[in-house]
Amino acid sequence: MADLTHLISKAQADFANSATMNDLEIAKAKYLGKTGLLTDALKGLGKLSNEERPAAGAAINVVKQDVETALNARREAILNAEQAKQLAQESIDVTLPARTQSQGGLHPVTLTLRRVEELFHSIGFEVATGPEIETDFYNFTALNIPEDHPARAMHDTFYIDEANVLRTHTSPVQIRYMENALKTNKTPPLKIIAPGRVYRVDSDATHSPMFHQVEGLWVDENISFANLKGVVQDFLQKFFERDDLTVRFRPSFFPFTEPSAEMDMSWNGGWLEIGGCGMVHPEVFKHVNLDSEKYRGFAFGLGVERLTMLRYGVNDLRHFFNNDLRFLSQFK
Amino acid sequence: MQFSENWLRSLVNTDLDSQALSHALTMAGLEVEDMQPVAAAFSKVVVAKILSAEKHPDADRLQVCKVDVGLAEPLQIVCGAANARAGLLAPCAMVGAELPGISIKQAKVRGVESFGMMCSSKELGISAEATGLLELDDRAVVGQSIREHLDLDDTLLTLKLTPNRSDCLSLKGIARDVAAITGAATHFEAIEAVPATIRVTKNVIVSEQAVCPSYCGRLISGVNAKANTPDWMIKRIERSGLRSISALVDVTNYVLLELGQPMHAFDAAKLNGDITVRFANANESLSLLNDQTVELKSDDLVIADANGAVALAGIMGGKPTSVDDTTTEVFLESAFFTPSVIAGKARRLGLSTDSSYRFERGVDFGNTKHALEYATKLIMQICGGQAAEVTEVVSSLPVRQPVKLRMARLVSVLGIPFEAAKVAQLLTQLGFDFTEANSIFTVVPPSYRFDISIEEDLIEEIARLHGYDHIPAIAPLANLLMLSAPEARLHQNKLRDSLVAVGYQEVVNYSFVDESWERDLLGNPTPIKLQNPIASNLSVMRTSLWGGLLDTLTYNLNRKQDRAFLFEIGAVYFKQANSFVETTRVSGLAYGSAKPEQWSSDSADVDFFEVKAHVDRLVGAKAIYEKAEHNALHPGQTARIIIDGKAIGWLGNLHPKWQQQYSLTKATYLFELDMEAISSHQIPAYQEVSKLLPIRRDLAVVLDENIAVGDVLSAIIKTEIPLVIDVALFDLYQGQGVAENKKSLALSVLMHDTQKTLTDSDADTTITILLQLLQDKFAATLRN
Repeated sequence: MADLTHLISKAQADFANSATMNDLEIAKAKYLGKTGLLTDALKGLGKLSNEERPAAGAAINVVKQDVETALNARREAILNAEQAKQLAQESIDVTLPARTQSQGGLHPVTLTLRRVEELFHSIGFEVATGPEIETDFYNFTALNIPEDHPARAMHDTFYIDEANVLRTHTSPVQIRYMENALKTNKTPPLKIIAPGRVYRVDSDATHSPMFHQVEGLWVDENISFANLKGVVQDFLQKFFERDDLTVRFRPSFFPFTEPSAEMDMSWNGGWLEIGGCGMVHPEVFKHVNLDSEKYRGFAFGLGVERLTMLRYGVNDLRHFFNNDLRFLSQFK
Repeated sequence: MQFSENWLRSLVNTDLDSQALSHALTMAGLEVEDMQPVAAAFSKVVVAKILSAEKHPDADRLQVCKVDVGLAEPLQIVCGAANARAGLLAPCAMVGAELPGISIKQAKVRGVESFGMMCSSKELGISAEATGLLELDDRAVVGQSIREHLDLDDTLLTLKLTPNRSDCLSLKGIARDVAAITGAATHFEAIEAVPATIRVTKNVIVSEQAVCPSYCGRLISGVNAKANTPDWMIKRIERSGLRSISALVDVTNYVLLELGQPMHAFDAAKLNGDITVRFANANESLSLLNDQTVELKSDDLVIADANGAVALAGIMGGKPTSVDDTTTEVFLESAFFTPSVIAGKARRLGLSTDSSYRFERGVDFGNTKHALEYATKLIMQICGGQAAEVTEVVSSLPVRQPVKLRMARLVSVLGIPFEAAKVAQLLTQLGFDFTEANSIFTVVPPSYRFDISIEEDLIEEIARLHGYDHIPAIAPLANLLMLSAPEARLHQNKLRDSLVAVGYQEVVNYSFVDESWERDLLGNPTPIKLQNPIASNLSVMRTSLWGGLLDTLTYNLNRKQDRAFLFEIGAVYFKQANSFVETTRVSGLAYGSAKPEQWSSDSADVDFFEVKAHVDRLVGAKAIYEKAEHNALHPGQTARIIIDGKAIGWLGNLHPKWQQQYSLTKATYLFELDMEAISSHQIPAYQEVSKLLPIRRDLAVVLDENIAVGDVLSAIIKTEIPLVIDVALFDLYQGQGVAENKKSLALSVLMHDTQKTLTDSDADTTITILLQLLQDKFAATLRN
């Protein structure tokens, strides 16, 4: 039997010259096909004697195995190359901009109200609401501002009719909440904040006829003026994320609180007025049938636009209600 | 309340400088709103006398003056002021003087040496405008510093007083509070009665003693009404923001400012008969000092003589009986009117006077006669004359009830420890009468304090004098209890986030809108009107948020935006019978391309069904859309949204006529939903997950084109055909192969059973039932 080992290198060369799978199949047939050289050689074994046959067969198989190894290696190489080509064709410019939906956003006043609600919620305040068209009684009388009281003149009130106004502050929600609480047998501690729109007849660069306030109320057996300062200062520190921020109280006058204070906040080396506050006036407790000997409470009102302006550096109040998308879209 | 700091300092001794005094006042509740020096800072300006004024050789408008400034030799000064003339006394800034913005140097003016500058009031920073040199009267001493001569080293303080502190509407009151705050001593001139030297008196009848518990009047005759008001008084009056008018009027204003007691001087010759304090009669009118004639109401208190009303009590005097240059006899009035009788009356007439402002807040009723004596003294000093006896009608003055202050209550309200001795000290500084027993103070407030009637009033006084700054910030101690968290309730924030996620920007519009939006756009002829709107286009309360959204859209389109997705959450307002109803709405607007312009998508404009998807995010699966009509919307592209049988909102395309009116080039989609109706959802309840696979069958049915697909789908869902878990529309076709006026719906039907694997025959049965239903209800046939 002739030595076939030379076929190995021949086959390797043929395989290497096959650029495609198709070429490779043709080259394969030359050696391993039905009439291939190795197939023929195997067929020729039958002509050998029983003694010669095993050795000759083994020799052919060694060659065949090497050819097959070469074939497989080449097959994988071609597949890899084809895949690489495919992948190269599928490549994209990953730096192209994303396919986008438009991006919406919240009004900055909403952002502030969310933070305010979240912070007060964390110490157990619930959110309460009340009507914006408010009766004269709730907006004024129940808050110890009787008719013709000079304090009414400070309010620049929008009137609907004799008995109804656009609320000038969120303080009436205090009264409504306390009344309701007692009707449903809920007793102090009562802890609420009441955010919402309020209205004053005033419109210039620093006044809007509509703006937002947050009212806060805490009624309990042992709530003090020092606690009011504590809660407000804590809130402002957390809201502005500044531990060094302090609160200054200045004596003031609101008919529904006593003692009353204006709240100032330390800011850039000076003081900024950010709202009014005080201890709930006994007359207010009387209106809602709470025993002012047993209970005390504090209340405060914060200007939401003011907080927003300071938080985000907005320098003009009018932006909030012009609704210019170039302004609003900054608050993502 | 504006006043001169020097005047205040003449009444109370304090070591505090201007800044410290202002801070102390502010921190005690008398907020100093403004602080302005009377004149700018300047130096080396003296009183000068022009000895001669000659025309400048080379300039028509200039004069060369010889000026005596108190030096050995007169100075030569070139001056351009028209009123520069020989003999004039005027300020002169000498060489080396620093004026606001100018340094005075020796100079040549058009070739003539000049050794200083003659000054106007503007150049000294005393006034904003001036014509010519500031002319000084002949009491000015040549060479004297002008600051000294005009008392310019003074500051104007403006207090923003709260309505409870009427006691500080006078220099005396403020001085008293400075003393209370700092412990300093006051210097109040003792007021002595002016002895009567004439015997006439005027009879006073107070018919309304309840509202005028004290009335003092006095005749002063032989006065010279033309006398000049002294400089010091003019200065104090003017530095309080009032104008000097005439000596008689100036004195009444001066007493008002110093003591807080409003006064009125009548020309006695113009009064007829007795003075009566009464309510106005029917059809009575009065011509006031400000030339306004007012029709009086029956609750207007007046001062009257035999002829009728001569003054609106506590508010303003009448014109016909007012003093003028020719007055020789005055009837001077000082009275106490109760706050309640004055409150609101001036405002009703569109007036606010210094007098009404004080009376409606409370005037010291212990001071009525003192003030009259003081004013008499001043009038006689300035105008001469002789005083008659005071006619005094006093009935029951208010009585200050003792107020208790418990130390325990004080400590508990303020939340800090407090010594009784400290309280006693502060009450003493306040000048309050008190006694103390068992840690309880019993305090009798003075007649000038109208704001001390309950314990809290005293607690506030103690707190403010102690200093709010000395009250620490202390976190409260409280029981820890969690808040409820109802899971079925959707927070507004969730709805907001849902809209933001699909590209909507939140806006906040005014709640009051243009009446035409309500009337025309919304077809609401009777919106709630404001009595006093801030502008005519903000005069009614909105019943929809759409007007504001459209306005915002236009605003932004005018600023080169080409698309806008907007939403607002806010109240709308309705009148119902005699009350008002407010509901919160969430409302949105979509305009322009569905997606922002970009390389990878087409720029098709947003359409109804995209916006419907946005609305679906809010309303949930329970909502049904019904074809409907709305004044603002396209009649063929409007849906009313129903949840549980209740109409809760609208979705539609803005009516082309409004689109045109708003000059919108593209379709504008609007929706508005009732917040409450979409604020709850089902808490998830687990249902068995089948281990078996569902079967899907697709079918196409043909039916009349006018049948609403929504009706077809909801009919299928309502029928609850066994095995069917979902039916979806995946194609809608009209055209070739489908008869005219018909449409073809391609439906996918998903079926499963939790117990067994479905066979084809199970599915066939179900589809047959479904087809039967569609045939019965909608005359639908299976499409071939």
